[in-house]
Amino acid sequence: MANSIVVNNLCVKRDGNPIILDLSFEIRKGSIAGILGPSGSGKTTIFRAIVGVQEITSGKITVLGKPAGSKDLRNRIGYLTQSASIYADLTVSENLRYFSKILGTSEISVDEIIDLVDLGKNIKQLASTLSGGERARLALATALLGKPDVIILDEPTVGLDPLLRIELWKVFRLLGEQGKTLLLSSHSMDEADLCDSLVLLREGKILAQGSPAQLKSETGETQMESVFISLVKKP
Amino acid sequence: MNISRIWATARRVLSQLRHDPRTIALMIVAPIFLMTILKYVYFNQPQTFQRVAGSLLGVFPMLVMFLITSVATLRERTTGTLERLLILPLTKLEFILGYAKAFGIAALIQAIIVSSIAMGPLGLKIAGSQFVFILVAILDALLGMALGLFVSSFAKTEFQAVQFMPAILLPQLLLSGLLVPRASMPRLLEIISNFLPLTYAVDATRKVISGGEGFGQDLFLIAIFLVALLGFGAASLKRKTK
Repeated sequence: MANSIVVNNLCVKRDGNPIILDLSFEIRKGSIAGILGPSGSGKTTIFRAIVGVQEITSGKITVLGKPAGSKDLRNRIGYLTQSASIYADLTVSENLRYFSKILGTSEISVDEIIDLVDLGKNIKQLASTLSGGERARLALATALLGKPDVIILDEPTVGLDPLLRIELWKVFRLLGEQGKTLLLSSHSMDEADLCDSLVLLREGKILAQGSPAQLKSETGETQMESVFISLVKKP
Repeated sequence: MNISRIWATARRVLSQLRHDPRTIALMIVAPIFLMTILKYVYFNQPQTFQRVAGSLLGVFPMLVMFLITSVATLRERTTGTLERLLILPLTKLEFILGYAKAFGIAALIQAIIVSSIAMGPLGLKIAGSQFVFILVAILDALLGMALGLFVSSFAKTEFQAVQFMPAILLPQLLLSGLLVPRASMPRLLEIISNFLPLTYAVDATRKVISGGEGFGQDLFLIAIFLVALLGFGAASLKRKTK
């Protein structure tokens, strides 16, 4: 199976208003794919549809060969929500241990994840007292627990300092090399360059898709920023 | 159904409570404080104290768990943790049983402390056994939890959730026979009170305190309400939303 995620003609309407319009794309197994677009373009709605918590109007989504939301997928998808869905009144370690118990993963893997996101010195701290960056890393850690095959990350590097961002991208790369499929969203155009494939989104429609190199050569631009602008301006 | 996931959820809920010592203190101190006030309000009418305080002992766990559950589950909905959990292998039933276990344990501790103080320093006489009394208090607490879980699905904010207490619980309290014996209420109200769970919570507590028989039937009815409300509560946990 070459594709981990296949989205066919996805439409989502909320209260009659179209949010996603006839969207189709595929994401190759073991790749890092990015969905880019301004806020309100439908990125989070697509992610929610892929993890199976979004009511969709029409279309079909297949994840790891199974319909999105299937029971079999529940311990195979890691999902980082945009606003950290963690328990503010629990410590870092209590949060991670709870999610790992639900997933049925071992204590060792919790320690590995804590090292990976560099929260070793915060394990006894209440999540509500963490800084923005630390909270984002804790949320990321909960998404990586249990070694899921597909990892959906809604703006994983927002509010993180550049050094940590580089470190996290190394982690993403490593996960990709292990055969994991990553789908992430970002506002940052320099992160777009780090993805294997991109879906550029605007007002619920696909503006363009392809690898960063393809998109650059199609538009004749050298920077992702200008690629996006030239695609938006294209009649 | 996976027992370890239920336990993990119960432990998580109790850890959250543990990090909030003020709430724990209020859960224990508030009922004792109210009992003490009642004791002195009815200082010259010890019989009335027996009747009212006894019934209220069954109502406290219900009120407290109703409030805590409605706010806690609403928070799970609004912060996205519920949605996050339902994507994982946790089932709705496991989630609810985890909460029931945690709040059952909290109610057990509350009932032991509050009933001991009421029976000791405050001089409340329980003709039945304290053990049965605590059992009734736990069932009442679980009933409050189930009601809280159920109404939290109708609330969008914590303000709304808290307002459900006067809207849902106080009318039941007025009709439960706590203030006026149910038989002396207008017929229509008496009929309505037959369909309200709190009626049976108050009845059972009163029967245990006065040493009367027949609380088994009340407990049975409370259990039926409990299962039905938990069922509605489970149905209100939606995996998919707009």
